[in-house]
Amino acid sequence: MFGYIVKRLLGAIPTMLLIMIAVFALIHIAPGGPFDNKRPMPAEVRANLNATYHLDEPLLVQFGYYLSGVVQGDFGPSYKFKEFTVTELIGQAFPVSLKLGISALIIALLVGVPAGMVAALKRDSLLDLVVMSTSMTGMVIPTFVLAPIMVMVFGVHLKWLPVAGWNHGALPNMVMPVIALSLPYVAYVARMTRGSTLEVLRSNYIRTAQAKGLPMRLVLFRHALKPALLPVVSFLGPAIAGIVVGSVVIERIFGLPGLGRYFVDGAINRDYTLVMGVSIFYAALLLLMNIVVDVAYTFLDPRVKLK
Amino acid sequence: MNQAVLQIENLRVTFNTPDGEVAAVNGIDLNINTGDCVGIVGESGSGKSQMFLAVMGLLASNGAVSGSVCLMGQELIDLPVNRLQAIRGNQVAMIFQDTMTSLAPHLRIERQLSEVLEVHRGMSRTQARAKSLEMLQAVRIPEAEKRLRQYPHELSGGMRQRVMIAMALLCDPQLLIADEPTTALDVTVQADVLDLFDELRRELGVAVVMITHDLGVVADICDSVAVMYAGRVVEQGAMREIFQSPQHPYTQGLLRSTPRVDSPVATMVEIPGQPPNLLAMPEGCAFRERCAYAMDLCASQRPSLASADGRPQRSKACHLNQLEAMSR
Ligand SMILES: Nc1ncnc2c1ncn2[C@@H]1O[C@H](COP(=O)(O)OP(=O)(O)OP(=O)(O)O)[C@@H](O)[C@H]1O
Ligand code: SF4
Ligand SMILES: [Mg+2]
Repeated sequence: MFGYIVKRLLGAIPTMLLIMIAVFALIHIAPGGPFDNKRPMPAEVRANLNATYHLDEPLLVQFGYYLSGVVQGDFGPSYKFKEFTVTELIGQAFPVSLKLGISALIIALLVGVPAGMVAALKRDSLLDLVVMSTSMTGMVIPTFVLAPIMVMVFGVHLKWLPVAGWNHGALPNMVMPVIALSLPYVAYVARMTRGSTLEVLRSNYIRTAQAKGLPMRLVLFRHALKPALLPVVSFLGPAIAGIVVGSVVIERIFGLPGLGRYFVDGAINRDYTLVMGVSIFYAALLLLMNIVVDVAYTFLDPRVKLK
Repeated sequence: MNQAVLQIENLRVTFNTPDGEVAAVNGIDLNINTGDCVGIVGESGSGKSQMFLAVMGLLASNGAVSGSVCLMGQELIDLPVNRLQAIRGNQVAMIFQDTMTSLAPHLRIERQLSEVLEVHRGMSRTQARAKSLEMLQAVRIPEAEKRLRQYPHELSGGMRQRVMIAMALLCDPQLLIADEPTTALDVTVQADVLDLFDELRRELGVAVVMITHDLGVVADICDSVAVMYAGRVVEQGAMREIFQSPQHPYTQGLLRSTPRVDSPVATMVEIPGQPPNLLAMPEGCAFRERCAYAMDLCASQRPSLASADGRPQRSKACHLNQLEAMSR
């Protein structure tokens, strides 16, 4: 187990390197630079700035500087927010994104799994129909359409919830962003759980469990639950990635001070180090989560061996 | 002295399908007494499994059952589910063919065994574990202690089937239904498992139903046999007699298509043709289309199961009289 995790972490290094090269290349290919203000600045000042940030050196050398910093945990200073390092900015913003993402994921599982199971157990009933059609709707409406509608209805007209803002993560401020972020995942998890539950209920070992005279409660919770959840667990990896990306959109719509905002602002301002930092952070997070999910999977399915 | 364990009367099993009603079991009577070992033989689709899934109350949700099934004098049809649950795995147990998929892949053998005792006998975890271990040893599983901690995929097919047998016998049931218990196993393992069945049923006095499509497999261990075709019993009697002098043309065909130890495999002959469509059962004898002896009468009138040779223990459903059958 420990060996497996070390192996996976080491295996992630080349991936990370490739991602860094790609992001570095892309942002430098994009026209403009971090100090292209609307007001032109004196040539000496610009030369000075470029020298401080090594922008006058060849790209490869710049990348070398950057890489050696990253290895030491230093993502460099932000070009835009000059009084902060990128590490500090990520440190401030990540808790916001994390709280948002984890809440959305928990809602997706807490609502999606039971809804899917109930739909499967009461197959073809009215309840099943309601779950299935609601989830279909939830899956096809894009977040950037749904979120503004929610803001209009619950924020502007009904005035039940704040229109935007974080307010230190107060519950009323969280409600709409979390719901908007989680909805497609609630829907997807519900459909997936329904499908896998139906399949498990048709399986031979459930027939065996019933032939043994086990009460329904045991048949469902001991024999059916775990196997029915396996596809959901596999889906968690991609779901985490999706929620991270989705939160970039949500954070902008609701004006939340999360990583997504820095990601977008950084790109617009050509804040090289900030974009690089946030991208690397996202990538590392995703790779890590995939390892966590793979390890978690083996606890559910003894047939899967880590190697 | 021979107490009735299972009495089936006019059992019918039908399935609602988009194409119409499928009659998988179409009016069967069967009696099983203590100590009996009865073979149920027939081609694939003849209704063998559904008949006994109906006994267990485990039909698919589109299935419906009518008739009467009495286990130790208690009517099982339309019994409330919680009463059925108390009987299943306790008084009557059933084991299945595909051991890989019939055991829960994510639960240790110990869990799958001991839960039966916890539910039916109210045993504690430790008591149940001890009894489970004993049972694994009784079905001659090597290193039983270790097996308890293992998962099904870590066991061989033969061992998994022994686990299934052990699981079925935990509560000393009066009736054990084995649905093709050896079909998925290697030939050598097959013989071992059949020997085990024979030994256990003699030791424990449990009545056994052996479902198979291969008469040869159960010839040695069953005392009597019922041959099924298209949801009905077409011939019934003592195993030895039926094996030696089958009277129904279908049984004769089955025997010819059975590989026998004492004859080269090359002489195996499949019965030509297909079983009838259960959605639109023909009038008359269901075997007519495939029968070499079919007469006019066979097309108009369905033969009913009646005693053959003038003996109540031996019956067949065929218009052919005995003399003609003998001169096949
Ligand atoms: N849920 C169902 N819906 C419709 N038809 C069904 C259903 N279950 C079984 N049947 C039909 O009932 C018939 C009898 O099936 P059964 O499983 O009893 O066959 P069998 O004799 O056990 O054959 P096998 O040797 O293949 O196990 C088959 O024709 C099958 O297609
Ligand atoms: S009743 Fe007729 S068709 Fe049916 S098995 Fe006998 S001889 Fe053949
Ligand atoms: Mg069958």
